[in-house]
Amino acid sequence: MDIVIKNLTKTYGVQKAVDNISFEVKTGEILGFLGPNGAGKTTTMKMITNYIKMSDGDVTIDGKSVQENADELKKYIGYLPEHNPLYLDMPVIDYLDFCAALQGVHKSNIPNRIKEMVRLCGLNAEKHKKIGELSKGYRQRVGIAQAMIHDPQILILDEPTTGLDPNQIVEIRELIKKLGREKTVILSTHILPEVEATCDRILIINNGVIVADGTSQTLRKQAQGSEVLRVRIEDGETNDIFEQLQQLYCTEVVDILDREKNLFEIQSVKEISSTRSVFKLCVDKGWSLTEMTPMETKLEDIFRDLTLN
Amino acid sequence: MNAIWTIAKKELNTFFDSLIAYLLLLIFLVLAGIFTWLYGSDVFLSGQASLRGFFVMASYLFLFFIPAITMRMLAEERNTGTIELLLTKAVTDRQVVLGKFLACLILVIVALLFTLPYYVTVARLGNIDHGATICGYLGLILISAAYIGIGLAASSITNNQIVSFLIAFVVCVFFHVLFGFFANFTSGLVGDVLQMLSTDHHFQSIARGVIDTKDVIFFLSISGLGILLAELSISTRG
Repeated sequence: MDIVIKNLTKTYGVQKAVDNISFEVKTGEILGFLGPNGAGKTTTMKMITNYIKMSDGDVTIDGKSVQENADELKKYIGYLPEHNPLYLDMPVIDYLDFCAALQGVHKSNIPNRIKEMVRLCGLNAEKHKKIGELSKGYRQRVGIAQAMIHDPQILILDEPTTGLDPNQIVEIRELIKKLGREKTVILSTHILPEVEATCDRILIINNGVIVADGTSQTLRKQAQGSEVLRVRIEDGETNDIFEQLQQLYCTEVVDILDREKNLFEIQSVKEISSTRSVFKLCVDKGWSLTEMTPMETKLEDIFRDLTLN
Repeated sequence: MNAIWTIAKKELNTFFDSLIAYLLLLIFLVLAGIFTWLYGSDVFLSGQASLRGFFVMASYLFLFFIPAITMRMLAEERNTGTIELLLTKAVTDRQVVLGKFLACLILVIVALLFTLPYYVTVARLGNIDHGATICGYLGLILISAAYIGIGLAASSITNNQIVSFLIAFVVCVFFHVLFGFFANFTSGLVGDVLQMLSTDHHFQSIARGVIDTKDVIFFLSISGLGILLAELSISTRG
């Protein structure tokens, strides 16, 4: 099921929490929602699930507005709210049973679904305990289990991996990835490597406005524009190498990073790669090229660039 | 209907899982028992095989008992944030409120079932008016439906259970005692309206053994109004 968000706006008094944002998520796509605290991620997710009313704009799922068809659409959505609220006095099994029944899972199918979720989320040892007795990580697993109990077409997960240990994070990411092939997934997170590892597309939002939208590669390209290489050339005189590099037609800026090691950083002219020319130069001059690393802009830098103003 | 029952069942399970449930039931039964058998205008003093004393006493006990049951119903969900979880499931706001309402009503009925031994005992002591007794129980169920409605409305507007209890208690006291009390001092239209709003007045008329549709409609409207208010207040969010 496709989700289309159009001119979505949420105002609290004079403050715009979400300001006229539009984007689409298609079936089989995992969208990572990034942004600093208070950027409007949670508010947007709450509006998609129709928990809070939108001030303006609309969200449609398969062409149906969530405002008008909420009761029909809700059963297709699995939602993990922020802070993962749970009924602490309920045993895990009873809680999953309750959620399955509310989501309209057929009675005969509920035990199967619970078993499946307990297995997927690694809850077997804890399934008869009360949720209040569980550690934070296990509670998070229960939260994820309840969101997926009815095998929903759409998954909306607000920070799904907080409180999980590294092994569990990897497992949950794999699970989300697997589900993402057939379903529509929107997840929000603060953890940047997580979006890169799990998401097909990244959406960065700041002050209620979308500031970037694309795959992690396109975001990098956008942020950087031109290629940056780190090269180490031995068997030559530093200043000589420096001059020769500068004279290459394809280099824009050359920096000496380390004189003793003959380490340089080369920024190429836009949309031209200078890797071949550098290699040729070394061959012609009889230098040894011992290192050549393309420098990628880290997602962290992009994030900081876009959200700090 | 399925969703309503699922929610009611969950509430009942949670309730009977906690000590408070048994404590509340015990207090209700002990107090109702004392005033039926031992103290005040009890069965022996009045010398009549009638449960009138019990019915009146129970209707007063409901002023505490019912707000105590309803206080956590929505306030706690708000406080812990689970209301978001519940309302984003495939249920309507109304089903949530009705589920909670049903759970409370079942609790009250369970409490009343435990008082059936009083009925059996009194019936053996003398000629009891079976019709009036059945009406009395019906009246208690109707008045509790009205108070549960009030209690749920109170519980829906706050996330503090104590505030929820106090609001429900005060509103119930107004309906049960004060409207009737003021009606005695006022005449004309205002007096009639106040009298009409007194739950005790309607309850007494049912407990006398006369089921008037007016009284039934009165209780059901209070209860329905409470449910609508609760629904309205949980649907205005964000």
